Amino acid sequence: MAEERLDITTQAPTSDWRDPAVEFRKGTYCYSAGVKVVEALGLPNPREWQPSDADWKLPADWQAIILDGMRERLGKYRSFRLFMDTCVRCGACADKCHFFLGSQDPKNMPMVRAELLRSVYRRYFTPAGKAFGALAGGRELTEAVIKEWFYYFYQCTECRRCSVFCPFGIDTAEITMIGRELLNLIGVNINWVTKPAADCFRTGNHLGIQPHGFKDSLEFAAEELEEITGIAVDLPINRKGAEVLFVMPSADYFATPHYYTLLGYMSIFHQIGLDFTYSAYASEGGNFGLFSSHELMKRLNAKIYDEARRLKVKWILGGECGHMWRVLHQYMETMNGPADFLETPVSPVTGTRFEHARSTSMVHIAEFTADLLYHDKLKLDPRRNDNRIVTYHDSCNPARGMGLLEEPRYVLKKSCNHFFEMPEGTTREQTFCCGSGSGLGTEENLEMRLRGGFPRANAVRHVHQKHGVNILSCICAIDKATLPALMDYWVPGVEVAGVHELLGNALVMTGEKQRTLNLRSEPLPASALAAPAAEAGHE
Amino acid sequence: MFLLLPALMIAVLAAVAALAGVIPGGRLLLGVILPYAGLGVFILGIGWRVYRWAATPVPFHIPTTCGQQRSLPWIKDAPLDNPSTTQGVVGRLLLEVLLFRSLFRNHRSQLWQGKYVFADSKYLWFGALVFHWALLIVLLRHLRLLVEPVPAWVTALSASDGFFQVGAPVLYLTDPALLLALGYLLLRRLRDPWLRYISQFSDYFALLLLLGIALSGAAMRYLVHVDVIAVKRFALGLATFQPILPEGLSPLFLIHLLLITTLAAYFPFSKLVHLGAALLSPTRNLANNSRAKRHLNPWNAPVKTHTYPEWEAEFHDKLKLAGIPLDEDSHG
Repeated sequence: MAEERLDITTQAPTSDWRDPAVEFRKGTYCYSAGVKVVEALGLPNPREWQPSDADWKLPADWQAIILDGMRERLGKYRSFRLFMDTCVRCGACADKCHFFLGSQDPKNMPMVRAELLRSVYRRYFTPAGKAFGALAGGRELTEAVIKEWFYYFYQCTECRRCSVFCPFGIDTAEITMIGRELLNLIGVNINWVTKPAADCFRTGNHLGIQPHGFKDSLEFAAEELEEITGIAVDLPINRKGAEVLFVMPSADYFATPHYYTLLGYMSIFHQIGLDFTYSAYASEGGNFGLFSSHELMKRLNAKIYDEARRLKVKWILGGECGHMWRVLHQYMETMNGPADFLETPVSPVTGTRFEHARSTSMVHIAEFTADLLYHDKLKLDPRRNDNRIVTYHDSCNPARGMGLLEEPRYVLKKSCNHFFEMPEGTTREQTFCCGSGSGLGTEENLEMRLRGGFPRANAVRHVHQKHGVNILSCICAIDKATLPALMDYWVPGVEVAGVHELLGNALVMTGEKQRTLNLRSEPLPASALAAPAAEAGHE
Repeated sequence: MFLLLPALMIAVLAAVAALAGVIPGGRLLLGVILPYAGLGVFILGIGWRVYRWAATPVPFHIPTTCGQQRSLPWIKDAPLDNPSTTQGVVGRLLLEVLLFRSLFRNHRSQLWQGKYVFADSKYLWFGALVFHWALLIVLLRHLRLLVEPVPAWVTALSASDGFFQVGAPVLYLTDPALLLALGYLLLRRLRDPWLRYISQFSDYFALLLLLGIALSGAAMRYLVHVDVIAVKRFALGLATFQPILPEGLSPLFLIHLLLITTLAAYFPFSKLVHLGAALLSPTRNLANNSRAKRHLNPWNAPVKTHTYPEWEAEFHDKLKLAGIPLDEDSHG
């Protein structure tokens, strides 16, 4: 079996990084964005093309567009200018990148990925580079360089792990984001990012689900929850005057295993009697604009505050999603604020004021439920998760773009009796990416995803063998969509679950029927069936 | 080639310095004109670089968070690795600049029986720390040549640096430390195939230039004695803008001086301006408080969005059929 798998070995490089030639081998790159979706967003240069084509049909003045685009961004982003000027090539970042560890391609070392852009910056924007060219580390901007940029900027998941280790805080995510923006200017984009963004712009969510479909999905989930618990939950949609607007990634109501997390949210909201509403307009918390350009990010994000204003809610609660929270935490209010029409979020159950979110007025579901649990407001029977031996994957963005580390762990430890951490150096701020973030989670890119996800899988395999871990829990929709394939490949026998699915499993609801099934409609373990839930929970 | 060329260039510089000492006008060029020119380029160049960084806006609030956020009162936050206050940010920056906090996290990822294992690796952190601190102390010790009277703290610093040895000349610990650290930084660049892959002319040039300066300086102190009184007279002249020609000083001194002049002039245009970068990086110098306090983007550009009324108009019939409330109804 091992022989069939991808070979991950160490091989010292023999090539010269200045040679931009790239081989577009199937399985290692994403397909181009279709004409329709590029047009739907009004992006430049819609046309039929594929990365494997010799001719990418770039606009005639593509070089001027790129250089003008660089000049503009050098003036608008200190991060970009600073990171173009700063690297000393100390190499601390090299073996921190999951794509480098999984592919052993030297251009996946973060310092080299940046150098692909930096060398062009030097050649055209610095006195030394203009005068001395290659000797000063400069490179000519050719079409081959554009292809190389495409290959490697779509082989970076913007996970920011390297920036934790960089002595100057150089963040490759910034470089990749700017690199992708530049490529977008000449119509070089991928379908897996641009299509969801176009769908989101039109319908409100990445999956292109229209409002009646949104309602159907929620109703279907509520029916399933009723079969499991015997309780019918309310489904307020676009309801004006609710206290809280709840926003989640669209995968939560349309994909598995995300779906079970939705059942978890529904159970909790019902149990505490939360005065809230879903929105079919703001039916997406995620934001594939982040993976395309700052402008597109802002366009897609605008609907959240617009909807909160229209529905006259007091504050916003957000579901489990990684990059969604990068946008909500670090970009949303800057882009689409001020949120002066909202209030400081206050938990209606515990009275806790979420002061750390007083300006943005948006709280993470794990912050909200950790607070409920800390104040003993939920009755749990963790034995219902006794067949789950759980570990926790810190999703990149909440970890390194927010610092949400303890809240989900607190929820997990209350909900599960068997919880084990993965080895140090692979969790918390040093967590390894799933390998499919930033819009790379597509089928045609599978080999590169499996390579990029290898370091994460490797750490899961360690706790799988040592402790029998069979659940990899996480709080990210892209994780839930892509980790199952990664687990099947590298660590068969490990399933993926949202933190609030596990909390939902353990939650003892008032008036529930004798529970025999978990949220996946699988039988509860014998230990949970042995005694009635009411006696098992603490009162 | 990227090692040979810089080595050759530095050898040429050294030869030029040695020769200039004996040509008429050479000493004026080397001892007066070039040092002031180098200093001017250094100050203006760095000023220009730092000004341009500082003047470029920070549109978004993007700290890299390396620990628990400050959220609920009962959860312990990481005030230095994920600061939420200005004091925390100052602490984070001090740790970064003085102790190389991020580099201290370094480890090596190694494949072992098909698995990655992560072994602690503090060599780079230690080598870099020793190099920078030794360089700083050596520079400060040079003040005894540039200032008269010599400040007491400079004498004290020199005394503690030479603490381990009695006898003359006193061995300053930072001299071998600087040389060893530079040697380590150069060797790892040459030996590690991944690092060699990306190393460029400027990487080797900077290291060799610093090595040349350190070696010529150490040689003057420990091997070939120079007339310290003459050096001081010359240096004081430079420092007080009453320059005199470097008469009676050995070629070694002129080599040392020209290499320093070269470094000063090269510095602003190279990767060596990285101290300012560490302090100005928005991933390190912002408090993680973006949900508590709105960060402003000076060029927050307007964009085309898909508004609710447009959305309701497009899906009107489907919304109606699904029984989802419409704004149209509330407007009557």
